[in-house]
Amino acid sequence: MNLAAQINSVMAALILLTSFGLLVQRRMYALLHIFAWQGLFLSISTAIVGYVSGTHHLYISSVLTLVLKVILLPYILHILIIRLQIHKEVETTINVPTTMLIGIALVIFSYHLTSPIRELSTLVTRSTIAVALATVMLGLLMMITRKHAVTQIIGFLSMENGLFFAATSATYGMPLVVELGVGLDILIAAFIFGIFFFQIRTTFDGLDVDQMAKLKEED
Amino acid sequence: MTLLILLSVSFFAAVILAFIGDRKFAPEINILGSIVTFLAGIFLAVQVYMYGPIITGGKFFFVDAFNIYLVVLTSFVSMTTAMFSRRYMRHEREHGRVGHRGMRFYHAMFQLFIFAMLLALLTNNVGVLWIAMELATLSTVLLVSLYQTPTAIEAAWKYFILCGVGIALALFGTVLLYFAAERILGEGGEALLWTNLNQVSDKLEPTVLSLAFVFLMVGYGTKVGLAPLHNWLPDAHSEGPTPISAVLSGLLLNIALYALVRCKVLVDGATGTHRAGYIMMGFGIISILIAAFSLLRQKDIKRMFAYSSIEHMGIATFAFGLGGPIATFGGLMHMLAHSLTKSSIFFTAGHASQMHSTQEMDRIKGLRRGNPLVGWGLILGAIAIVGMPPFGIFMSEFLILTATMKDAPLMTPLLLIGLGVAFAAIFRKVQPMVAGIVPSYQKSLKASHIPVILHLVLVLIIGLYMPDFLSQWFHKAVEILK
Repeated sequence: MNLAAQINSVMAALILLTSFGLLVQRRMYALLHIFAWQGLFLSISTAIVGYVSGTHHLYISSVLTLVLKVILLPYILHILIIRLQIHKEVETTINVPTTMLIGIALVIFSYHLTSPIRELSTLVTRSTIAVALATVMLGLLMMITRKHAVTQIIGFLSMENGLFFAATSATYGMPLVVELGVGLDILIAAFIFGIFFFQIRTTFDGLDVDQMAKLKEED
Repeated sequence: MTLLILLSVSFFAAVILAFIGDRKFAPEINILGSIVTFLAGIFLAVQVYMYGPIITGGKFFFVDAFNIYLVVLTSFVSMTTAMFSRRYMRHEREHGRVGHRGMRFYHAMFQLFIFAMLLALLTNNVGVLWIAMELATLSTVLLVSLYQTPTAIEAAWKYFILCGVGIALALFGTVLLYFAAERILGEGGEALLWTNLNQVSDKLEPTVLSLAFVFLMVGYGTKVGLAPLHNWLPDAHSEGPTPISAVLSGLLLNIALYALVRCKVLVDGATGTHRAGYIMMGFGIISILIAAFSLLRQKDIKRMFAYSSIEHMGIATFAFGLGGPIATFGGLMHMLAHSLTKSSIFFTAGHASQMHSTQEMDRIKGLRRGNPLVGWGLILGAIAIVGMPPFGIFMSEFLILTATMKDAPLMTPLLLIGLGVAFAAIFRKVQPMVAGIVPSYQKSLKASHIPVILHLVLVLIIGLYMPDFLSQWFHKAVEILK
């Protein structure tokens, strides 16, 4: 029991680490690899929690994570990157050290915000709720600081990872129907952003989101 | 049974139209599907009206006075929008703005969108509500970019990303809600059912629920279009095809607000304070003011009315935040009246921009002489939307203002400033479009009048005389939302 909780904490630490990795990494393929690793850690962690708590539907959501987040989505993104020829480096709007500092502040903020939940919870996974929220926040930060369509999507998917992690660590997973539905929605979203990349690519010069700034209020 | 028909018709219509949506008779199938959905909705409403709330499908579906009125409204507006879109989309197609694939996609996604909204309303499960909301977003994202112009793609991308982030935060709120509920109701699906949650709301942990509400507020608030999270809304409404603007503005915003109000009732029950209400009032009043002042600067007709939607959703959110029987009654009525009025305005605005091949208000002129029904429709719609008597919005705003003066007098001037500025802004822009002589570049077109007339007559009826069954519905809903 105790060992499992410790392994789970290690997985939480690794997920947080990959989140920071996503924040600083500039090369497109490396970003994709880090994202796949994050999904893998999430999947392992879900399986461990499922084993410890004896909630068997967590195995299903673990497999779901493995298929969706580790294999399918990185694969789709990989193909898109090759087809669209966008494997060059991506610029960040704020420089990396500043981003890291903001990230650290967000992690501390997450710990502060989730402290009432940690006190109430009796689950072995309660210490990782803060990490889950931090992952969500860091994904959001990544979406804000990267002005590239593909990196924004990776940030978005990393947020979803954080949400899945929150569900397993706060409550041993949402009911199965909800988890399956969420998985389905992510899959549909994946097809939509795939179509989007092509639309943006053919209409604009590249996939830099900065070019899309026509729609605003004139003075 | 009725419920199953209600949901499945739109779903299967979506599947069928995905294959034959570009045929000549596809619009008629689209209309037929929506009519059947509407009839099923009416039938369900009669059942609820006669026998009280229904819980069915292994507790999966739940219908009470609050959501049934939105079900009827949703199916009604989607029916009239389907009628409107027959002529509107035919015109777009003849002018080469959409191709075969576009039409198939448009029809299928229109029905899928209706399905997602009805599912969000009817489900008893907070998690499924979230899934349906996300599905409603996803089904409309690519409709916003249907015309494939740079601005349309930009608008759709913004809509996708902002609403995606927003709704992700709402999921975190839902997880926290489940966390609190699971301690009382035990593990499994039972802990996420509205019917169960409302029964034990006073036992739920207040600190966790307050935290959950912040996430739910930001998440669903993004979809309601509340400032400062409203940036996606004017873009998506102005760049998408007009029928989609009409349903986004008239229906989707309502559904998101519905989710928010349900959460608020739960959180209020748990905390025993009025804090959630204050948060909603704050977001509401900020939205009203920001939208009102933005209205002044608009040049694009659909964009202007999109800002007006933000303003009105702000008013409704404010009303629900204020609470109390009068304000809640006003809020419910406001959702209804705004939805009917705004979709009829989008119908006329869509035709007006087709007649002039532009959405710029400076170039739209002489509508009343060019096409009397479009011109009169637009001016009457504008009179209704700014809250002039005798239309329904006047009544609901009057109720909300009265309640504000009584319960939160300090907010009254802010509310009045917002309403006044919006009034001036919209009237100043609409009047020159309708009056004047017909410009040389104006084209005549076959407009679809029935939806516009139907909506405006209904808004007029609500303003003059509240039918008995409607006020009873609202009273029951007020009871639920207490």
